[in-house]
Amino acid sequence: MAAETGTGPGAQPATEKREPGPDEILTARDLLGRGLNGIPVLIVLVVALSLATDSFLTLNNLDNLARQMSIYAIIAMGQLLVILTRGIDLSVGSVVGLSGVIAAITVFETSGGLPVVWAVVLALLVSAAVGAVNGLLVAVLKMPPFIVTLGFMGIARGLTLLLSGGRTVQPLPEEFSAIANGSILGITNLFWVTLVVLVVLSFALHRTVWGRYVYAVGSSPESARLAGVPVNAVQISVFTLSGLLAGVAGVLLASRLSNGVPTAGTSYELDAIAACVIGGASLFGARGTALGAFLGALIVGILNNGGTLLGIDPFYLQIAIGALILVAVAMDQLQAIRARNRPDPDPEQGPGADPPGAEAAAR
Amino acid sequence: MASPEQPVLELHGVNKSFGAVHVLHDVDLAVYPGQVTALVGDNGAGKSTLIKCIAGIHAADSGQIRFNGSPVSIGSPRDAAQLGIEIVYQDLALADNLDVTQNMFLGREITSGPVLDEATMERKARETLTRLSVRTLSSVRQLVASLSGGQRQTVAIAKAVLWDSKVVILDEPTAALGVAQTRQVLDLVRRLAETGHGVILVSHNMNDVLEVADRIAVLYLGRIAAEVEAAEVTQNQVVELITSGRSGELGLAAHNGANL
Repeated sequence: MAAETGTGPGAQPATEKREPGPDEILTARDLLGRGLNGIPVLIVLVVALSLATDSFLTLNNLDNLARQMSIYAIIAMGQLLVILTRGIDLSVGSVVGLSGVIAAITVFETSGGLPVVWAVVLALLVSAAVGAVNGLLVAVLKMPPFIVTLGFMGIARGLTLLLSGGRTVQPLPEEFSAIANGSILGITNLFWVTLVVLVVLSFALHRTVWGRYVYAVGSSPESARLAGVPVNAVQISVFTLSGLLAGVAGVLLASRLSNGVPTAGTSYELDAIAACVIGGASLFGARGTALGAFLGALIVGILNNGGTLLGIDPFYLQIAIGALILVAVAMDQLQAIRARNRPDPDPEQGPGADPPGAEAAAR
Repeated sequence: MASPEQPVLELHGVNKSFGAVHVLHDVDLAVYPGQVTALVGDNGAGKSTLIKCIAGIHAADSGQIRFNGSPVSIGSPRDAAQLGIEIVYQDLALADNLDVTQNMFLGREITSGPVLDEATMERKARETLTRLSVRTLSSVRQLVASLSGGQRQTVAIAKAVLWDSKVVILDEPTAALGVAQTRQVLDLVRRLAETGHGVILVSHNMNDVLEVADRIAVLYLGRIAAEVEAAEVTQNQVVELITSGRSGELGLAAHNGANL
């Protein structure tokens, strides 16, 4: 959450002068915990790989890494929005495939006719629509997000296979491939798009009323409703954005491959959830940042990239990523347990006599 | 302080049924600014229904609600909030993962353009806490999850008075608290009245009620059995009113007493 306001000079004790108590110190640790969990892991990985290989810190490899991780990072940041509201979106992998195939078919059919931009707009509209329907079912019919998006995972994949007849859509025109394969200032377009998504989402989550509502809904939907937060609209908005971002990733992937592959994006939803969790998001809602999801995707990307450079069996890499998820969540739980055993912050109370607060901290 | 003769909130003949169950019978109630009006009654007497009618969560079937002397209709919690009626729920309705300031402004954030105005919200939160002489919170940027039960209650009450509210309804504010925290919250309830708010205190705890209330309204099976000055009754009388609807001269006419 807004780190700037939390630790800045504005956060002085409210009504009396006191030494910064243990709670303030812990707040700083909390802020690091929320979102920047991944930084130490990231530093260790980068240093280790730089020492172990000659090729890791080369421009060529970094460019490669940026291309590999960008699509995952975009999906992960969309997934994060849903996770922040206590939801989950299993349909994003299938939406990646659907979006890519729709864009590919549109440019293929109208090759030379319609400009590429129409193909992109159509693909993104369909993706956002899938997300919006997910959100409507969750918000209005109160269906569990897991089930709703499991349904759309199948529906979107089936639609993709129907539309493409199960075959890869190719060849695609040069203008379409240029979207993902071009670069600005020597940095691949894919990474620029990722950065734009990161900056816009970080701003929206921490500086706007909408962002505040996303965290409030994830923290306690009932309290948010009583406080006047439009809970349904918030839920629909996060699912729509998750679908939209999966659609962006689908277009970029199809463009990068110059192919509309109907099975593209399979199991990406799990990679996206993994990136969010490694980046400090909690599936219980209201914890996590866009930067965390980005860093989570970056860590997984570096692990895969480093593994390839070192010639490590990719099967071992899967084990390593699985273990990393468990470690990230275990660290989170340890923090919660430590917070529960912390002395009572109430100056007029003895330590420990604090049932409601402790319950809340343990969540 | 406004003249105590003019109630800030008045209920006249309020009735409410849920299906065949007649929960509130012709309830009259007056809440005066600068006073704590305790609303007591046994489980099922209709306390919750009554405050929900005032807060706009339920619509009364019949009867009149007057606010500052003029009749009003309260159809939704938003209407109530616009009049300046705020309710502090028993479970407090706070978001654990947001901090004190964020909770106090939740649903009514101050913005400058599209951006949250954190500095103003933080300042106003601090001002409100200072006005209520709250000294138990070290920072308005603490997460609510890290607060004790008494501190959480304090935040919920401060949230209710942030908006120049006139009437504050507190639903069992000390139910889950220890001795020292109950002390803090009761002091805060007194200060709410001293700052000119009309306070409705719903409570089961007779010690709390007799300590902070100026007036006591007793609900018995959906009727107001008595509305008395707290100084004029004993704890035994209040308990009798709650359990049987009458106590000596006070209370409802005995149902079977008419024949005697």
